[in-house]
Amino acid sequence: MAALSHLRICDFTGQLAGAGATKFLAAMGAQVIRIEDPTNMGRWDILRGLPPYVDERRGINLGGAFNNHNVGKLGITLNLRTERGKELLRQLIAVSDVVSENFAAGVLDRWGFSYEAMCAIRPDIIYVSNCGFGHDGPYRDFKTWGPIVQAMSGLTFSSGLPGQPPAGWGYSYMDHTGAYYMAIAIMLALRHRNVTGEGQWVDLACTEAAATLNGPALLDFTVNGRPLRRPGLPNANRSDSPPMAPHGIYPAAGEDNWIAIACRHDGDWLALEGVAAEPWVADPAYATVAGRLQRQDELDAHVAAWTGTKDRFELAARLRAAGVPATAVQRPSERIDDDPNTAAWGLWPEVHHTEMGCVRVDGLPVHFSKTDWTMTRGAGCLGEHNAEVFGGILGLGAAEMDQLHAEGVI
Amino acid sequence: MTTGAPGPLAGVRVLELCDERGAWAGKLLADAGAEVVKVEPPEGDATRGYPPFAGDVPGSARSLYFWHYNTSKRGVTLDLGQEAGRALFLRLADASDILIESQPPGRMAELGLDYPDLAPSNPGLIMVSITPFRRHGPRADEPATDLTLLAGGGPAWNNGYDDHTLPPVRGGGNQGYHTGCHYAVMSVLAALLYRDVSGEGQHIDVNMHAAANVTTEAGSYTWLVARQTVQRQTGRHAGVNLTQPTQVLCADGRYVNTGIPPRRPHEFKRVHEWLVTLGLLESFPLAPLLEAGMERERIDLSRLAEDSELAAIFGAGREAFDFIASHVDAYEFFSGGQARGFQVGIIYSPEEVLGDPHFVARGFPVEVEHPELGRAFTYPGAPYHMPKSPWRIRRRAPLLGEDNDAVFGALGLSPVELEELRAKNVIS
Repeated sequence: MAALSHLRICDFTGQLAGAGATKFLAAMGAQVIRIEDPTNMGRWDILRGLPPYVDERRGINLGGAFNNHNVGKLGITLNLRTERGKELLRQLIAVSDVVSENFAAGVLDRWGFSYEAMCAIRPDIIYVSNCGFGHDGPYRDFKTWGPIVQAMSGLTFSSGLPGQPPAGWGYSYMDHTGAYYMAIAIMLALRHRNVTGEGQWVDLACTEAAATLNGPALLDFTVNGRPLRRPGLPNANRSDSPPMAPHGIYPAAGEDNWIAIACRHDGDWLALEGVAAEPWVADPAYATVAGRLQRQDELDAHVAAWTGTKDRFELAARLRAAGVPATAVQRPSERIDDDPNTAAWGLWPEVHHTEMGCVRVDGLPVHFSKTDWTMTRGAGCLGEHNAEVFGGILGLGAAEMDQLHAEGVI
Repeated sequence: MTTGAPGPLAGVRVLELCDERGAWAGKLLADAGAEVVKVEPPEGDATRGYPPFAGDVPGSARSLYFWHYNTSKRGVTLDLGQEAGRALFLRLADASDILIESQPPGRMAELGLDYPDLAPSNPGLIMVSITPFRRHGPRADEPATDLTLLAGGGPAWNNGYDDHTLPPVRGGGNQGYHTGCHYAVMSVLAALLYRDVSGEGQHIDVNMHAAANVTTEAGSYTWLVARQTVQRQTGRHAGVNLTQPTQVLCADGRYVNTGIPPRRPHEFKRVHEWLVTLGLLESFPLAPLLEAGMERERIDLSRLAEDSELAAIFGAGREAFDFIASHVDAYEFFSGGQARGFQVGIIYSPEEVLGDPHFVARGFPVEVEHPELGRAFTYPGAPYHMPKSPWRIRRRAPLLGEDNDAVFGALGLSPVELEELRAKNVIS
């Protein structure tokens, strides 16, 4: 039994910021019908044909990231420049619970599918739009992608080391997290509909969702007048709230090898003393967190000199055995292929993609006791499920579908 | 966003037994209208002792960390080490739709408060457990913090500088905890929608290490699909192949992200016009290359290696962005670039977001009353606009045990019984 098998999503999402949301809903059993444009071969979503690839083949059905973000969805094509395409979309909306999209603001509206127009088709429709700055406000026409969202919200700035430019995040954290907020918004609106019977339009601006994620730094400014932009900050590998020291990512033996260590309190420090057996750990000035914070640069230099010659996995295991949070900074291969936790969890399910074959994807970090998630089918190839959707759901006959195909509608 | 309309989770009763790892999940549900009761030990949750403090004066009601992570919740205290405390917790759980907890693995079972203890009398209960590595199985008992979750779970490998003698960087703001909490909230809502049709509750296990692992974008799928390893780069996507820098320091000392440089003729034209408008064209030495870019078709990036003229034109577009940025302040670069269709952004410090005209116009900063201090403070606001069931901070974080009388009174306890519990330090 799946949690959301009673729900149908009419889905225009793409990339990761949108597609990630409906990936979760599909894994939970929702029927997600992903609509693509046959006239540009699905290139609303640039990931369709982009690397990584499983082998030497290239093409719009062979993008590895696209497959990762669209497992379990049905893929159909529909030419919304044609009147017949619009009519079919109206029929699909009439039998859907949710319409989801992450185009730039106003795109769906320009095709004639404003929220009001969709309400006329189905009064309790839930429409969730997701873009960088939202559908109103001075920047509604401005364009973003993950790194810009992170820049505008404070997340890029707070990820950095003193005396260096912002480090950024190294990936689109807010494409993932924007998708999480989109999934949350969709399900909140469904819950509201269950209770009241009414649908609504949810306007999700990724930059705003991101700006809520700065932790107490914002309140330190609004309450205490203390900005994060000040000399010596940010120092993202340290911890001021709560204060911890040593707390950082330190070098280990080998090339580009690192170990993260967090001494939460004086108990952890005592435990570290037992592992380190170095002269500096006995310095009484380091006995309290206040003392260690006061001389943190010097302390970090000691720790780095000590860890720099050690194997990161062995040292982290010794520290953890003593009770101190510590870990090797894991490379992708190490956390995916060699980590007993992710393996036992089943975090990397293998799905079957019609053209790519069997491919592992990101699974979900949750397990439900009754209605757990499943991922077995890869992303749809372009138009792969046209017959299933137009025939099975909308009741079109084979001859009619052939004609639509010939006319370039699907 | 200050409308009094109920949120989408109005009437949903949530019991929260969370430390710093799970409090964000409770906040997201509470701001969405759920009635969240946060259970703390009589001495208070440890995060009440986390700096920064209002006015830099420590106190159980002055931690800005606690304020941020506990808006819209009710607060009660209970000593779960005492039988009477556990009995009261059971009664609260019986009256709840959702229990969200982030206790160490095994702790709920030791207390006799685990899902099998609670479900028989409340089969509709949805219980969510948030732990660093899951409740049972490999690594379940390892200690972890936000730093070690992000370092061991993948995000830190992606994040840092071109110079690999500098360490990988933990992204700021507790995102390791946040990511686990986002999955907890998504899961609670899926389970709630299932309960709406089936009447059944269930238990949900959230693994924060796994959550970090599936929140690394190309870091994971590049290995899963092609067995290639991405490498970190300053301020841009870690990649198998290195890319050009995208961060530039502006005249006002702030960085901007210059995004994707011009490739199409009309984009070169707009950059050229921008330089003219700023009076900088004469001093930009590569202006003739921009003009060449205006005259030819879209630049095919795959041909840059073999066509040096093409590479020079493409490089001139990037140089023009850098040149403009170094002559204007960050806001002018951002607004001027976006107005010309370029995806550029200011690298704001978090507090600068609150003063940006767009976020102000959309009502993002909200005022939250603190009656105990006799004033209101500005908080970050709605993560989404949901007009018929609006997001709203309904009240500031609870004082220690602030809602004991109201919450336990609603269970039917008399003032005399509450006094007895206080005398025994079951509640505070």
